[in-house]
Amino acid sequence: MTDKPLSTREVSVNFGAIEVFHDLSLEISQGEFVAVVGPSGCGKTTLLNVLSGFLKPSSGSVTYSGRVRMVYQHDSLLPWRTAAQNIALGLRDLSNEAERERQLKEMLRLIKLEEFAAHYPHQLSGGMRQRVELARALAGDTDILLLDEPFSSLDYLTRLRLRRELVRMLEELPRTVVLVTHDIEEAAQLADRILVLSDRPARICRELRVTIPRPRDLTHPKVVETVHAILAEFGLEQDKDLGESVRTRR
Amino acid sequence: MTEKPLASKTRLLPLVVLVVALAIWLALWLLRVFPESVFPSPIAVAKGLGEELRTGRLLADLVASLFRVTTGFMLAVLLGVPAGLWLGHHARSRHALLPAINFFRSLSPLAWIPFAILWFGIGDVPAIFLIFMACFFPVVVSTLAAVASIPSVYFRVAHDYGFRGLDLLTKVILPAIAPQVITSLRVTAGLAWLVVVAAEMIAGRDGLGFAIWDARNGLRMDLLVAGMIVIGVIGMVIDRVLLRLTRIPSIRWGYDG
Repeated sequence: MTDKPLSTREVSVNFGAIEVFHDLSLEISQGEFVAVVGPSGCGKTTLLNVLSGFLKPSSGSVTYSGRVRMVYQHDSLLPWRTAAQNIALGLRDLSNEAERERQLKEMLRLIKLEEFAAHYPHQLSGGMRQRVELARALAGDTDILLLDEPFSSLDYLTRLRLRRELVRMLEELPRTVVLVTHDIEEAAQLADRILVLSDRPARICRELRVTIPRPRDLTHPKVVETVHAILAEFGLEQDKDLGESVRTRR
Repeated sequence: MTEKPLASKTRLLPLVVLVVALAIWLALWLLRVFPESVFPSPIAVAKGLGEELRTGRLLADLVASLFRVTTGFMLAVLLGVPAGLWLGHHARSRHALLPAINFFRSLSPLAWIPFAILWFGIGDVPAIFLIFMACFFPVVVSTLAAVASIPSVYFRVAHDYGFRGLDLLTKVILPAIAPQVITSLRVTAGLAWLVVVAAEMIAGRDGLGFAIWDARNGLRMDLLVAGMIVIGVIGMVIDRVLLRLTRIPSIRWGYDG
C-alpha cells in the first residue's frame, strides 16, 4: 500500500450548470483522520460520493488503495436483518465460517452489544443502531472509512458518547478516516486534520491540524481553539486572533 | 398493526357481540318482522348446517371453493409479483403498461363472467380465471409501488457489500418489499374469496357460491344462511393465516415502524 491511500487530483464535479467542486486536490495519509466541514449544501456528501467511487467526477481523478466503506447519514441498516446479521454483511468476503463467526463476536464485543445481537434495528435505540453501522463498516479488512454525518440524527449526549466510542474503536482497529460533518465540535474533537470548505463551487478555504492525542475532551483548550478558528472562518466569531495559535495553513 | 396483549375480559368482547347479534336475530324471527319463509330462525340454520355437514356436501363445496381460490390467487401472486418487480425496474415498460394495468384493475372481475363461461364453460376454470383477473392487477400495482418505495440507501449498501444479480433480488429487494406485498396479499385474498362466491353462483355446479344459489332456488333459506356463515368464517380464517406472515421476525419491522 502506498503512503497516500486516498487522494484526488484537480477534481471537478458539475451537476448540469451547477459547479459543485472546482479543481479540488487533496491527499490523505495512511491512518489519518480527516474531517471535512462546510456550510450545508456545499457538496460535502458529494465529495464522499466521489471518494467512494460512487460518483464519477466530471474531470480530474481519484485514486485509492484498499477497501473503502461508507457509513451513511440516515438509517442504512437493513431492517430485515438482525444487528449481528447486519454486521455480518461486512464479513461476507470471508469464506471461512469459523473465522467469520469469531470476527462477528469480536465486533459485537467492540460495540458492547453482545446481548443485542439478535435484535432487529427497529428494536434498538438510535445510538445502538449507529454503533452497529460503524461495526458493519469496520468489519473485515476495511482500509478507508468514509463517514457521512454519522451522528447527526442523534441527541447531543448520545453524540458525545459515540464520538468516544468511535475513538476507542479506531484505537483497536486503526483506519484511514474521512468524516464529513456540519458539526464543528465533532471535527475538532476527532480529526487530525480539518478541511474547511467554502460555498459552491467548493474549495478548501482553510486547513487546520489538531495534534493533541485522542480521546480529547470537548472542553480541552486546543479543541475550543480549533472550534473558534473554524467559526471565525465562517464569519461567526468576533475575535479573529484567538484562532491563530492553532497551527494552520491557508 | 401491533396488538398489545389484551385483558381476558377484552378478548371476550367479540363473543358478547356474537351473542347479542344472535339475540337480535332470534327476536326478529319471534316477532315475525319478515315472513317465516324468507327469514329462517337461528335454530333452523343450525340444523341446516348440521345436515349439510352430515351429508358431506358442505365439505365438498368448501374444498371446491378453496381449491379455486388457492389456484387463482397463487397464479396471480406467482405472475403478479415478478411482473411488478420487472415493471419497477424498467421505466419504459412501466410507462407503456401502467395505463393498461390500471384499466383492468378498475374493471370489476364480474364483468368478465359472460366471457369466462363462453370461453371456459362451467366448473373450476372459469372461477379460477375470474379470481386471477381480480387479483393479478392489484398484486402487480402494489408490488410496483413497494419496489418504488425502497429507500435508495439500501441499494447503496447492497452495492457496498457486494450484492449483485440474484443475491440483490433475494436478499435485498424481496425482503425490502415483503411487508407491503403481504399487506396487499391480505386485501387481495379477501377479494379472491368474494369473487369465487359470485363466480360459482353463475358458472359453477358446486362450491359455496353454488350452494347458496342452489339453496335460494330450492327456497331453503336455512341452508342459504348456513352457506353465508361458512363463507364469512372461512374469509376470516384466510385473513388470520395471512396475518401470521406479518409476525415473522424478519418481516415485522415493516409494521412496527
